[in-house]
Amino acid sequence: MKFGVVVFPGTWSDRDCGWVVDQVLGAHLQYLWHKDTDLKGCDCIIVPGGFAYGDYLRTGAIARFAPLMESIGEFADRGGLVWGICNGFQILCESGLLPGALIRNASLEYRCEWTNLVVERADLPFTSQCDEREVIRVPISHGEGSYFADPATLSRLEQNGQVVFRYCDVEGRVRPSSNPNGSLHNIAGIVNSRGNVLGMMPHPERCAEAELGGTDGLKLFRSVMHSAAQVLTA
Amino acid sequence: MIARIVVVPKPVVNDPQGVTVRQGLASLGFGEVTDVRVGKYIEVRLDATSEREARERVDAMCSRLLANHVIEDYHFELEHERKGAMR
Repeated sequence: MKFGVVVFPGTWSDRDCGWVVDQVLGAHLQYLWHKDTDLKGCDCIIVPGGFAYGDYLRTGAIARFAPLMESIGEFADRGGLVWGICNGFQILCESGLLPGALIRNASLEYRCEWTNLVVERADLPFTSQCDEREVIRVPISHGEGSYFADPATLSRLEQNGQVVFRYCDVEGRVRPSSNPNGSLHNIAGIVNSRGNVLGMMPHPERCAEAELGGTDGLKLFRSVMHSAAQVLTA
Repeated sequence: MIARIVVVPKPVVNDPQGVTVRQGLASLGFGEVTDVRVGKYIEVRLDATSEREARERVDAMCSRLLANHVIEDYHFELEHERKGAMR
């Protein structure tokens, strides 16, 4: 199992993701430079957090034109696993791999705090080690994480079950008070209709070791590992 | 030619910056302000043989990069530059 971690100028969560992949998970790690086009045989591509290209113009607006993003788009079209976290989610939306957009937090504040997420889909390669309706605790760290989509797109996402994570309270109740950024329908993460491209604002790579205050994020990395093992043995 | 492009959040998109600016104006005594939307202004200088061509090109720039159609609307004006004018 080989994870590719994308590095743009301005990415800062690449090392955190890389650490989890090779030090915690024990999987193969390959950093992928944005100017390259070769995905080097990776089974899952992580587009990590940060401020790619300084987030100039809009978050993710310039990053999507990187040569590597074209290869990632083709990889996704072939069914490859693509996982955008925070800035990576914003980039996947800008590039059209996921619907909608992430806008300024309703509070106008940069929010760096723990959130509770209810897992609405546990049948995905990214969540197979979670239980459906399980509440996981994962931190956020963003100023522009308020998910927006037009009403038609939003209802399509809901009907197709493409909402994977929703901000909730500790008991799993989805409430306005548990929404840290004003996301429509408390959306914290979505998947494309095929289920192989995930975007999420919270940072699972920041809660993959007990020393960091929680290990729920590791479940997602383990899920990807597990799904790849299933594909290999199938 | 110069294109003066204005990008604004769509009416359906929540604009917390606009709300905050409106509150700021209200606290300064501008109680007549009923709504504020905060967007961006982009100036693009380009070579074009005709205004029609420039309009098409700038429109393509806006729809492909300068504005995100999911959350933003845009409009622009074109202005001819005097030949030899100081930049």
